[in-house]
Amino acid sequence: MFDALSDRLEDIFTRLRGRGRLSEKDVDQIGREIRQALLEADVNVKVARSFIERVKARAVGAKLHEALNPAQQIVKIVHEELVATLGGETGKLTVSSKPPTVILLAGLQGSGKTTHAGKLARHLKSQGRQPLLVGADLQRLAAVDQLRTLAQRIDVPFFSESSDPVTVARKSLDEAARLGRDYVIVDTAGRLQIDTELMGQLRDVRDAVGPHNTLLVVDAMTGQEAVNVAVAFDEAIGLDGVILTKIDGDARGGAALSVKEVVGKPILFAGTGEKLDEFEVFHPDRMAGRILGMGDVLTLIEKAEETFDDEQKARAEEILREGEFTLEDFLEQLRQVKKMGPLQNVIGMLPGMPKEVKEADLDDRELARVEAIICSMTPAERLKPAIINGSRRTRIATGSGTSTVEVNNLLKQFGQMQQMMKQMGVMGRVMQKKAKKNKKKGGRVTPKGTKPPTSKSPGTKGGFPGLGPGGGMPDLGDLGGFPGLPKR
Amino acid sequence: MDVVLIAVAALMLIAVVGAFAFRARSRADHRRGAIEPPPSQVLVEPPPAPLEVEPAPVLTEPRPAALDVGERARLRDRLGKTRAALAGYLRSVTGRAVDDDVWDELEEALLLADVGVGTTSDLLDAVRARAAELKVRDADEVVALLRSEIEGLLDANPDRELHATPGRTSVWMFVGVNGVGKTTTIGKLAAQQIAEGKLVVLAAADTFRAAAAEQLGLWAQRTGSEIVRGDEGADPGSIVFDAMTSAAAKGADLLLVDTAGRLHTKHNLMAELEKLRRIVERTPGALHEVLLVIDASTGQNGLQQARQFADAVDVTGIVLTKLDGTAKGGIVLAIQRELKLPVKAVGVGEAVGDLIEFDAREFSAGLFEGDS
Repeated sequence: MFDALSDRLEDIFTRLRGRGRLSEKDVDQIGREIRQALLEADVNVKVARSFIERVKARAVGAKLHEALNPAQQIVKIVHEELVATLGGETGKLTVSSKPPTVILLAGLQGSGKTTHAGKLARHLKSQGRQPLLVGADLQRLAAVDQLRTLAQRIDVPFFSESSDPVTVARKSLDEAARLGRDYVIVDTAGRLQIDTELMGQLRDVRDAVGPHNTLLVVDAMTGQEAVNVAVAFDEAIGLDGVILTKIDGDARGGAALSVKEVVGKPILFAGTGEKLDEFEVFHPDRMAGRILGMGDVLTLIEKAEETFDDEQKARAEEILREGEFTLEDFLEQLRQVKKMGPLQNVIGMLPGMPKEVKEADLDDRELARVEAIICSMTPAERLKPAIINGSRRTRIATGSGTSTVEVNNLLKQFGQMQQMMKQMGVMGRVMQKKAKKNKKKGGRVTPKGTKPPTSKSPGTKGGFPGLGPGGGMPDLGDLGGFPGLPKR
Repeated sequence: MDVVLIAVAALMLIAVVGAFAFRARSRADHRRGAIEPPPSQVLVEPPPAPLEVEPAPVLTEPRPAALDVGERARLRDRLGKTRAALAGYLRSVTGRAVDDDVWDELEEALLLADVGVGTTSDLLDAVRARAAELKVRDADEVVALLRSEIEGLLDANPDRELHATPGRTSVWMFVGVNGVGKTTTIGKLAAQQIAEGKLVVLAAADTFRAAAAEQLGLWAQRTGSEIVRGDEGADPGSIVFDAMTSAAAKGADLLLVDTAGRLHTKHNLMAELEKLRRIVERTPGALHEVLLVIDASTGQNGLQQARQFADAVDVTGIVLTKLDGTAKGGIVLAIQRELKLPVKAVGVGEAVGDLIEFDAREFSAGLFEGDS
């Protein structure tokens, strides 16, 4: 969501590249550019100002230390500052020592409170908790129906009644006690922060349930207004955290930065889609990484993890280990990649992708063409593309409704991919050996409780250091932009 | 195709590596017992179904009182009511001579109103040129120039009418991202049109969001409109088709099509919207308006929304909702500037009469009211 911002910063730094160190004028110039980028990303004017002051102060100070490379230095500072601003503990709800833990959701109309009440319940349920959903939005037509339907879908009990929000909220606690639920999620009606009457009602609801977590639900597309909303809700009911919704769009989400800055409470969760499972813990470091165009590999890996089943993963391991990769595998992977969502979005999360690729208009239909070409091959051809001669090419082209040129192209690219996989395989084995060596020396510490990988499963922990949760993925960036792939 | 292949290859690489790492991790987790299901509770849980409580009857019953469209709210009144407590943003500017600080404050006012960096600098450049030309010294006059510049921009193509052809069924489609207020806007419009003696049919083509059809159904009850709806998850195309048939058979004056909120970045959902439009267009001349609903608190992403929706379904105008808050909806200036899409209606409250006509003068005045 911060893609365009990262482009802007990249532009600035490209201009800076090749120069020895930063002059004060440079710092001012960078400050202005970052400001414009932040404003275009909907960061509040005032928040942008203080953010830039911090960056500038550090940049000027840093200049006193011997600067390595000005661009890198600024990137690092902006990145750290973004992480610091967006950061805090994420995904951590305050748990009441005496159940139930009460979560109150509040926000403007249409920010996604009801949907995210459902998502949060599903999230808690998947962690083995027992939430109760409470529909205290008696304002909007059918809001209660909506929450009830969501509750049914995820098989979580639901409570509401046609009295008033405060009564509903109070009675929901009894209901939770009766049913032995350990979490209560209260959905409230959307309201404008300047509507004193409704804000007063919200306060009453809060007092009736005594929430352990009062969460503000904020639309990632919100503009300058986000600050006013956050401040007013915080003053009225005291916020403990924020849920940022609709980040699957292309809004750059400066609202996240604004809200975090003025309220100072963590952004706990992020809504990443319309479906109930499209909900994740907010990752400030990832978000900051995205701002700076570092890609979002961890999210991608998590997505891959969800999409690929065990058998496919086993096969993937084998491919990587053996370095042998057939068109059959490629077809399989292609189908999985398709499941991960629109190509454009997924590509956006990749680090080190050439700008041309990121900006290319990736049509998912192209995938279908590739699929069609491979499907028009015989099994023998898929296993051994070398046997595909001229007449086979013509047949494949006709069968898939493409041209021989396209078939040739695919085969050529595939050859390069095979090459790449082989290299990866070699690298994997080398690193595996290294890791084993290290272990013998007792050098590398494995996470608590894990045994060193058996010989059958390669030592991935050793092979890809830093891939653990929250870690970066330094190795990948150093692969030199995917060897074997033509730079366009 | 090359690019696509590169992309897939890179993704695959990531996926393979990722799958690899996760396998190891999940094995580790398993050993730790971290993903073991929690011990089952001794407490026997009753099934969730019987817990449900019927929705508030007060909601399901028509509320004729609320339907009294009566006096339509005026934009200025609304803005005035909600912003009365706020000091005029530019009060500090008043009476001062024009200097850099004044320009900075004007810039900040526009930026805070979500007008956006590009549109703001264009507007200020134009005003600067005018001010130099007219040798303006006083800050108040600069503000006046800026306001007239904004009004000029907004009134460049002032077709703010919601079109309909008398004697036949005219169709208005409502599109937009999630949560902007499409269904509520339709409810208000239906009430207003019925008050004018029109026969109105609503098409509940939002079959995705839970209870969206119920919401529109309640509006139909309240307003006395007909409604065509299907089951949740039904094909919205079939609902639009049925609604077209039904509206024609009933001789309805207006068919208002409610569509599911969708982010403009979702190709397949935008394609679905194109399909809905094509279905309406099977009856030549029936489609009169395709209205993009935008939340006044939307930031710069609003422009992107407008571009994508305009591209997909050829939007004819904007409905700007939730303008009764402190959000100023300045993004419509950027939209107007780039896409020449007029604002055709404004939502300023929850009552039926709170959907009103847009007025460039009052809107531009509102941009400078209040500080945040």
